[in-house]
Amino acid sequence: MNTIKTSFKQILQYPSAIVGIIVILILIGVAIYTMITIPYHEAIRKWRGGEEVWYQNPKYAPPSWYNLFSKKKQPISFALSSTNGQAEKVVNHPGGGVSTIDITYTFDYPYDDFPQELILYFTSTYESKQPFVSIQWITPDKRKIKVANFGVSHQLTYRFAQDEKLTRKFNGTNPIIGLFSDPNQSTPQPLKGTYQLVINGVAFEENSDLNAEFVLHGKLFGLAGTDNNRRDLVLPLLWGTPVALAFGLLASLGTLLLTMIFAAIGTWYGGWVDALIQRITEINLVLPFLSILIMVGTFYSRSIWVILGATILLSIFTGSIKSYRAIFLQVKESGYIEAARAYGASNTRIIFNYLIPRMIPLLIPGMVSSIPSFVFLEASLAILGLGDPVLPTWGKIINDADVDGALYKGYYYWVLEPAVLLMMTGLGFAMLGYALDRVFNPRLREL
Amino acid sequence: MDADGKEQIPLLKRFTNTTFFRVLRYTLMRIITLFITVVIGIYLTILIANMGGYVDQIMKGEIKERITMSMAADPKSRNLSPEVRQKLIEERISLEEKRMGLDQPLFVRTVGYLSNALTLRLGRAINMTSDSGSKTVRLILLERLPATLLLMGTSELSLFFISVFLALSLSRRYGSFWDKAVIALSPTSAAPPWFYGIFFILIFAAILKILPFGGMVDVPPPSSSFDYAMSVLKHLILPASSLIISSLFLSIYNWRTFFLIYSSEDYVEMAKAKGLPQKDIERRYILRPTLPTIITNFALLLIGIWTGAIITETVFLWPGLGRTLYRAIGLFDIPVIVGSTIIYAYLLALTVFLLDFVYALVDPRVKVGS
Repeated sequence: MNTIKTSFKQILQYPSAIVGIIVILILIGVAIYTMITIPYHEAIRKWRGGEEVWYQNPKYAPPSWYNLFSKKKQPISFALSSTNGQAEKVVNHPGGGVSTIDITYTFDYPYDDFPQELILYFTSTYESKQPFVSIQWITPDKRKIKVANFGVSHQLTYRFAQDEKLTRKFNGTNPIIGLFSDPNQSTPQPLKGTYQLVINGVAFEENSDLNAEFVLHGKLFGLAGTDNNRRDLVLPLLWGTPVALAFGLLASLGTLLLTMIFAAIGTWYGGWVDALIQRITEINLVLPFLSILIMVGTFYSRSIWVILGATILLSIFTGSIKSYRAIFLQVKESGYIEAARAYGASNTRIIFNYLIPRMIPLLIPGMVSSIPSFVFLEASLAILGLGDPVLPTWGKIINDADVDGALYKGYYYWVLEPAVLLMMTGLGFAMLGYALDRVFNPRLREL
Repeated sequence: MDADGKEQIPLLKRFTNTTFFRVLRYTLMRIITLFITVVIGIYLTILIANMGGYVDQIMKGEIKERITMSMAADPKSRNLSPEVRQKLIEERISLEEKRMGLDQPLFVRTVGYLSNALTLRLGRAINMTSDSGSKTVRLILLERLPATLLLMGTSELSLFFISVFLALSLSRRYGSFWDKAVIALSPTSAAPPWFYGIFFILIFAAILKILPFGGMVDVPPPSSSFDYAMSVLKHLILPASSLIISSLFLSIYNWRTFFLIYSSEDYVEMAKAKGLPQKDIERRYILRPTLPTIITNFALLLIGIWTGAIITETVFLWPGLGRTLYRAIGLFDIPVIVGSTIIYAYLLALTVFLLDFVYALVDPRVKVGS
């Protein structure tokens, strides 16, 4: 117990270790938060979902905080629904089974650019006669523009930019620009202020109802932006954290423990067991590591757990088994092993209770420093298109962006967000591992 | 030999005691064990490349689909009766399977692959063709070799020499600002080259627009050979520097630590006390005993050049061996996969074998076969 305390105190003397620990703690916190707030199945359903899940989001939208760094404020996307009180809905029953339903959306528009698209998603309930709506646009300077009027089926999507009648009304210019631009300017510029969209609906049946969701696809979205499939990048960025940590930890722990066990068994029994382990190591050196992982991914399964297993199997018999063997050969001759043998301890007892525990201090820095390489390995496979097909991961985001030519098209946020997280994870563990190495291997401290 | 037979040692025993015999026996043993290692390694690769017969099912399914589709699209076959057409389809399928060797059992085929690979008869690719249209594996690999040698050779060699020389000068004044900077930067090597590649593309290609996004030469290729070389050079900068930067600091750090261990030996202190010039100390007292390690690293680096960098080449669209291997895996082209692996395995075995003798040459403490 005391040794742990003193080692911990020693670790804290390294500023890099403190930074590393803070980064790792933040990552663990994010991972736990993610797994609690977005359950696994929910995350997968959303990540694999298409238009029906993500219709509220624009495509290729950078994150909203872009506005903090630019003079020209870009419109931020939003959605207002009449079902949950984000819009004002007034229902009147003048009699005769007829009812009027008025929905008013009020929103501020303080931006310097036009949005991509305005969409209304109508849902209505009726038996035979459709409700009828007329849509009106009220600008901040109180101009009233008639947008459209039509009957609403059970489900109807109305896109402003695709309405030809409306386009003709604005002499052929895009209706979005027409609706938002300031009439007193010669070049189209959005008029800032509070806009209102009013839907006056008439329902002709007793139990008929009408609801509508107003979606404004701006140029920016949310905390992390969106990708080519309108998906909110917050989801894969958050879920990538537990996946990356789990993959890195399990791979490095599994590899190091198994390597150590094989090295210990080899040195303890010696003879043909040792020779066999040495030969396997030499054969493994010939095997192309990455090619085999790619083959497993292409031919067999792209599941992250299968890849994890293959990674561990291929990483057991590497050069490190030889360096462990060299240390075990020294430990094997030490007095306490001699004593254990003298009182008749069994082979397994000596290997697992005396030989391996002796190596734990050496194992910890090695384990921590090898985590980043495994985290990056997962991302590397994803870059090759061999990422887990189901799970959202950081590497998968980079791969999607790479396939879509994000850097070429200028969607830098799409690549940079997962890359920064990967780098943070890598540096966090590498810095801590470096300090641990110096604490546990005092010989290095003088150099 | 004396006549009275005091020192009568049988001829054979005398022969077995000579250095020549010892070296010969060691050499033979070494060749045999290395060969067995290569054989097992290659056979394992072949088995994995077949996924225990699973790949056969994929390939058979693909053949069936392709032939059925082509028959359905062929206007001539429309007039045939369904029975005749079905028979024709089956005939073509079996012919195609025979061409790919799928009619033989898996074991026979894998052993065939193995013996062909070991005798370096790389054979013909199943699906891939070289740019000149050949299906010979040798040509497919040879065509890509220059691109990989250029990229990997430039980056690995500069990485090696830069890090060894910088490490040597850092080990001379350890604790200085630059020394500490290298130590602080060494964790950056946790990220693989493609990761830096993405940042380089972002900065130099997307934002500054001074270097190309990828590829190896401008499209269309310049006609004069000087312009061609300049264009290749321009395309080489980003992939090569991302390969270098991703391992530079860790490499310097490792070499520096390694040199420091040797420069704190007593005989180095002694040389310093004698007042030998710094240059001589470095060359004769530090570099000389570290030579075996430097040579090993250099040799492993040279064969590492052969494998190419699969992901960096993919990110930079560099037409090298790594990308060819990746494409071969995607097309289930086992001859190409095995061909590229066997050459690596042979190179590795040869290097390991030669290193033993190089050690004996440069290090008087090492004796071959002892």
